[in-house]
Amino acid sequence: MSARMLVLWCPDWPVVAAAVAADVPAHLPAAVFAANRVVACSAVARTAGVRRGMRRRDAQSRCPELLVFGVDEGRDARLFEPVAAAVEELVVGVEVVRPGLVAVPVTGAAGYFGGELKLAELLLDQVSGRAGVECQIGVADGLFAATLAAHRSTLVEPGATAEFLAPLGIHELDQPDVDRTELVDLLRRLGLRTLGAFAALTERDVVSRFGSEGLLAHRLARGLSERPPYRRRPPPELGITKELDPPLERIDAAAFVAKTLAETFHAGLAAHGLACTRLGIHAITEHGEELSRVWRCAEPLTPQGIADRVRWQFEGWLRTGGPASGVSVLRLLPEETVEGNSLQLGLWRGGTPGLDDEQADKANRALVRVQGLLGPDSVFTAVLDGGRGPAERVRLVPWGDRRATESPPEMPWPGRLSQPSPATVFEHARPARVLDSLGVDVEVRRRRQLTAPPAAVVLGGEPREVLEWAGPWHVQGRWGAAAGALARIQVLLAGEPELALLLTTTTDKDPQWTVEGVYD
Amino acid sequence: MRFPVFANQCVCTVGNRRGEESVVTVEAPVARLAALPGVSTASGVAAVAEHAQAAGRLLPVRPELRELLPSGGLRRGSTVVVRGSTSLLLALLAEATATGAWAAAVAMPDLGLAAAEEAGVELSRFALVPRPGAEFASVTAALLDGLDLVAVAPVDTSSSVARRLSVRARHRGAVLLSLGPWPGAEVDLACEFAEWSGLEAGYGQLRERRLEVRVAGRGAAARARFVKLSLPGETIAAPGFSWREWTEEEVG
Repeated sequence: MSARMLVLWCPDWPVVAAAVAADVPAHLPAAVFAANRVVACSAVARTAGVRRGMRRRDAQSRCPELLVFGVDEGRDARLFEPVAAAVEELVVGVEVVRPGLVAVPVTGAAGYFGGELKLAELLLDQVSGRAGVECQIGVADGLFAATLAAHRSTLVEPGATAEFLAPLGIHELDQPDVDRTELVDLLRRLGLRTLGAFAALTERDVVSRFGSEGLLAHRLARGLSERPPYRRRPPPELGITKELDPPLERIDAAAFVAKTLAETFHAGLAAHGLACTRLGIHAITEHGEELSRVWRCAEPLTPQGIADRVRWQFEGWLRTGGPASGVSVLRLLPEETVEGNSLQLGLWRGGTPGLDDEQADKANRALVRVQGLLGPDSVFTAVLDGGRGPAERVRLVPWGDRRATESPPEMPWPGRLSQPSPATVFEHARPARVLDSLGVDVEVRRRRQLTAPPAAVVLGGEPREVLEWAGPWHVQGRWGAAAGALARIQVLLAGEPELALLLTTTTDKDPQWTVEGVYD
Repeated sequence: MRFPVFANQCVCTVGNRRGEESVVTVEAPVARLAALPGVSTASGVAAVAEHAQAAGRLLPVRPELRELLPSGGLRRGSTVVVRGSTSLLLALLAEATATGAWAAAVAMPDLGLAAAEEAGVELSRFALVPRPGAEFASVTAALLDGLDLVAVAPVDTSSSVARRLSVRARHRGAVLLSLGPWPGAEVDLACEFAEWSGLEAGYGQLRERRLEVRVAGRGAAARARFVKLSLPGETIAAPGFSWREWTEEEVG
């Protein structure tokens, strides 16, 4: 019998967090998108017909006033910290499963507050009062069943978990943090449409047909604990402690420390054939304040996963003004571990996608070393987003962070320049003057044309003759953005060798030409 | 069976170092020996070995750029100077990164990354260290340890630092590309003449550039020659280009 759990679930958390971060009232329809698909949408959007997995265009056609947000796990985690803190005021042993979902062992607390129902009511009041967030609560045996109970706001009687799960659809196995799409699909095609039907198979058959992954799902469907029962308390020396001097005060510095710490921590566990499923993050500030939080995860944590959670936790703490001073000691403790190979994960490589060959590993080590030399914000990779100008399209992502596009580059961008793009794009655009044949400054007229064909360009020194030119290409200013509309022209300047430039001007009252890039 | 005549090895090198006279004195017996069936000189064996090694240790470049480089690709361990054209540098990086090599650009805050992607550079394997500051040498050295291609924009790099980095590249089998003068480079590509096409008195847009590149350097590239090529190559320009994108704007 697995432990009785209370799960507190904030519905559509990514949307709630995004709306809070953007200061958008809750009654407006909103959705969070990743890779052009809906990841989560608010209840208002749902009534308008928006669904998870829907394309952005479809979603917007059903609900034109839909507010669109990008996915940001850091933001979700950061804003969830107050909720976790509010729960922690009432009960001990709070575990954050993922932003939006908290699990609490229920037995002790229910005894103290006089029943599970009382506890649930108290928690609902506490969370909406303290954190200002709506939530639902479910109680059942085991985390999986409790999560499903929370989705339905029910209290499942002790021992009745299997009956509660039996009529539910098989698709419930596919929870956001574990990808079981394929298994669910297969089971459905085999005619197993409810958890009960799946649970009715014998464990032996399931293992021989679906392997360890299937076994895990089968255990869940039967209402047993989500992990095989041989989990054990790890020997304490696997936890690692790092003294930080100077103390951590900034999130980016914390992220960097987290990365190296996570690697060591993970390697230490892996050396014992273990992987961590519940991670305790403890911090002591300079003033002796102690902060701690436990993160629970359905899958064994990879080094990247550990680093992410440490970073999120820091963001949460620093944002809520938790520590009054910098963090001087950081400790990671494996609260619960599983045998690494029992879950068939590439332990030695850490399972980080894209970093699985030797060459990539070598490159990664070199780049992390450079980050060690210059600081975390010194090594980047570029991601090309949608956009019009050559600089606007490029977003630099610090090395080690996830490379995700924020806006789709394949969408039409009116006013975007065609290929080739300038090979040199100045970080700080350099001023220039564009003159016509009479030596008068060329401007862009209201009817989107140049006052006169450019004849010479002054770049600091002597004016250089314009051999050929093209344009202007106009870009509307963004709604509400401070920068107004822009116009770009390409010019080819005489000289040895010829110089091809991309010039940009603002089209407001006081136009100023700048050299945006060089086609060199 | 072929076997090297080791006795000749030192004679040959001496001959090469001391100059013409000594070469003349040793040339005849070496030639006589080498003419015997089944006998090859040490230098011949070394040349074959070097060629075989080089063939496996070349980083590929796009077909139209092969002519620029003496070995037909970027030889690992070499230093290549590119002057006067950032897009030529990006084009050189393209094929290697696309086939799995890792590259980095040091001290190039103004690099046009949209152009890099259009040139065919795989951005997920292309790291940027825009502001190494005073740590330029140590950063470049660290990158040469782990990456296959390191492009740098040298700013006040002393020749001793430059030489040390070139040696580091040679030891680690990485290719050091410099956007600007670099003492002791194997290959020196200077873009001497460029002619753009596509612009026409207010209409059109920059489309293609014909370059004339002066190839110089040491060893196989010692004799300067000129190579003509056009950038972006035909293969790259076609897919992303669309007239519609801006005519829409012209209308609206």
